[in-house]
Amino acid sequence: MSNEAILHANIGATLDVHGEHQEHHHETFITKYIFSQDHKTISKQFLITGMVWAVIGGLMSVLFRLQLGFPDESFPWLEDLLGKWWAAGGHITAQGYYALVTIHGTVLIFFVLTAGLSGTFANLLIPLQIGARDMASPLLNMLSYWFFFIAGIIMLSSIFVETGPFSGGWTAYPPLSALGDASPGSKSGMDLWIISMALFVVSSLLSGLNYIATVLNLRTKGMSMTRLPLTVWSLFFTAIVGVLSFPVLLSGFILLIFDRNFGTSFYLSDIFLSATGAALPNEGGSAILFQHLFWFLGHPEVYIIVLPAMGIVSEILSINSRKPIFGYIAMVGSMFAITTLTFLVWAHHMFVTGLNPFLGSLFTLFTLLIALPSAIKVFNWLTTIWRGSIRFTPSMLFAIGFVSVFISGGLTGLWLGNSALDIHLHDTYFNIAHFHLVMGVASIFAMFAGVYHWFPKMYGRRMNNTLGYIHFWISIIGAYLIFWPMHYEGLAGMPRRYYDYSIWESFKQFSELNKFISIVVFITFSTQILFIINFFYSIWYGRKETSLNPHGATTLEWTTPIKPGHGNYRKYLNTSLGL
Amino acid sequence: MATISNTNNNQRIHPHKFTLWVAIASICMMFAGLTSAYIVKSNQDNFLEFSLPNYFWFSTIAILLSSVTMHLSLKTFKARERNKYKLLISITVVLGSIFAALQVEGFISLDNHGIRLIGQNSNAAASFLLVIIGLHGLHVLGGIIALLVMFFKSFSQKIKNYNSVPLEVVSIYWHFVDILWIYLLIFLIWIR
Repeated sequence: MSNEAILHANIGATLDVHGEHQEHHHETFITKYIFSQDHKTISKQFLITGMVWAVIGGLMSVLFRLQLGFPDESFPWLEDLLGKWWAAGGHITAQGYYALVTIHGTVLIFFVLTAGLSGTFANLLIPLQIGARDMASPLLNMLSYWFFFIAGIIMLSSIFVETGPFSGGWTAYPPLSALGDASPGSKSGMDLWIISMALFVVSSLLSGLNYIATVLNLRTKGMSMTRLPLTVWSLFFTAIVGVLSFPVLLSGFILLIFDRNFGTSFYLSDIFLSATGAALPNEGGSAILFQHLFWFLGHPEVYIIVLPAMGIVSEILSINSRKPIFGYIAMVGSMFAITTLTFLVWAHHMFVTGLNPFLGSLFTLFTLLIALPSAIKVFNWLTTIWRGSIRFTPSMLFAIGFVSVFISGGLTGLWLGNSALDIHLHDTYFNIAHFHLVMGVASIFAMFAGVYHWFPKMYGRRMNNTLGYIHFWISIIGAYLIFWPMHYEGLAGMPRRYYDYSIWESFKQFSELNKFISIVVFITFSTQILFIINFFYSIWYGRKETSLNPHGATTLEWTTPIKPGHGNYRKYLNTSLGL
Repeated sequence: MATISNTNNNQRIHPHKFTLWVAIASICMMFAGLTSAYIVKSNQDNFLEFSLPNYFWFSTIAILLSSVTMHLSLKTFKARERNKYKLLISITVVLGSIFAALQVEGFISLDNHGIRLIGQNSNAAASFLLVIIGLHGLHVLGGIIALLVMFFKSFSQKIKNYNSVPLEVVSIYWHFVDILWIYLLIFLIWIR
């Protein structure tokens, strides 16, 4: 009943907000391509900026894998290329190595898999799939991109400061982050890092607000919540998680800024500094407090990354199996469960901080509970493609690849979520392997799947399939060859973030394995260049899309013209008859 | 059912207002983060105990009054009583500014009593006051800027300036920072 009221009124609300944004308005180059308020253009801006960051972050991993795989060899060209600070004598330096892993993590987690993934697909799909003409506030949407852009520029500039970028790990734990004298990277590199991240949080909040308001307020007639495509549901839940967890990170950062610059004692205490030979004047600060505030975002962040991926994959698996998704309500319900549980598990990142074992057992319980909705989702994906009439397009392959790495990485989550096992495994390569598979590779696969799938809607052309197949097969084989062996290294106790393992007798056995992993990294990274070439070539020279609905999908974005203008729909939609 | 489906569009929440409500939830989370950090800290041995200067109490009166004038200004705006509206919204701005000024006075008085907010010998208890109350103050400043925009818009004769939605959004926000302050005040008195 009330649904009906909402649906009827929707059109009014849509008109109300976007009365001034009809298709016919005049646009200059600047308003159309740069300071655009069209959600489709903003989506492309997020995607391409995300790709630039993916290349930068990926290149960083290539460089530190060079050190990990070949610690004894020197590459004189590296010093010519990067300079003395990063690669004196052709070796990646220790300070350079720490800077590389830190910025690699920050960039890929926040700039690529948060802004790049959500920013691209939420902007593209939410209005198109709910039948809206644009976002609830196109202006906030534009601001969100530009905050992200400036955050990126500041992060990029931090790489070039004299003392190097921040090097204390992407988690920015104090005292390395709070104390300017703690390491070279803790000086101006950290100032830029924190400014960049604060701007990034603002960007995420602005876009999150917009996504939630758009989904709840601007659905077209007949588009009830239970008819929303799973992509929209997933992006909606993602936005909720972001809007509720990023502010807590911001409050943690504000306290950090005070400790860094104004001599307060939130995180810093009277620790002894070997450099000055004296204790700090601070009193009573606790670094654990920062960890709590950080992981209250840090864990939901994992789901901010993986929920959109789940939505995209659900949609693509269903379309390319020529079957409706199996268990739609269960899919929505399990995403809701994940969204709720994700706020109750942050301390599983802190099992070794001296956490009360009773609390630890509670966090273990909640963490393991997440396995339930995750397993429901995996079951439903498998039953969706079960006996379907499957089309193995590149996007479908990447979606299946997502399910595969999500299972492989998810299973080790059960080990790590268990506090008893985590005490042994935490901060080892086992952990690296786990999260790279379950959220890194999985989400980037979903992002590839989404790009291959919605490319015709974005640019009116198709990407090359052959290059897509090569890209997929090398990527998935590469991903497993890189991360599978790391499980064994981690089980043997090999810690993460060390600069050189060759000086430990116990890890010498892995030197050949490390070399192998590094070589696979180089090959896999080069294959991603293929995707980028394919992407940019296809924007201008790809095969022109001639069909309105090339994939035979059932969602609304394929009812628009092949290249929809600003305003998307030629007339108001009514989906209540079942479109 | 039929009567409901013919509901007037105006009875539905406007997307901008809805966006504000979500933003309010978000701001609440930030203060929830800070106040829970405060609770954790307050259990430590060296957490300084001191009473809040009276200035913070006086500022509470100012912001409560400003909420009343805010409410009245929205009423007069809807009644198209432009002159009364201009007066009331100016009073709201003045009261908001008095609130901010009194809070600054409060911090100065703390400092005069030897309670350092930042720098050497500062105690986390006082630093937390500065961060929490200061952040709230920034939100109030944002509200004052929004009020000023509304005030200057009232001099324009453009038709679209008769739309009450922007003022309603500002009004909801203003009441929110008021309620947030009451929460913070009670919290800071209670958890010592």
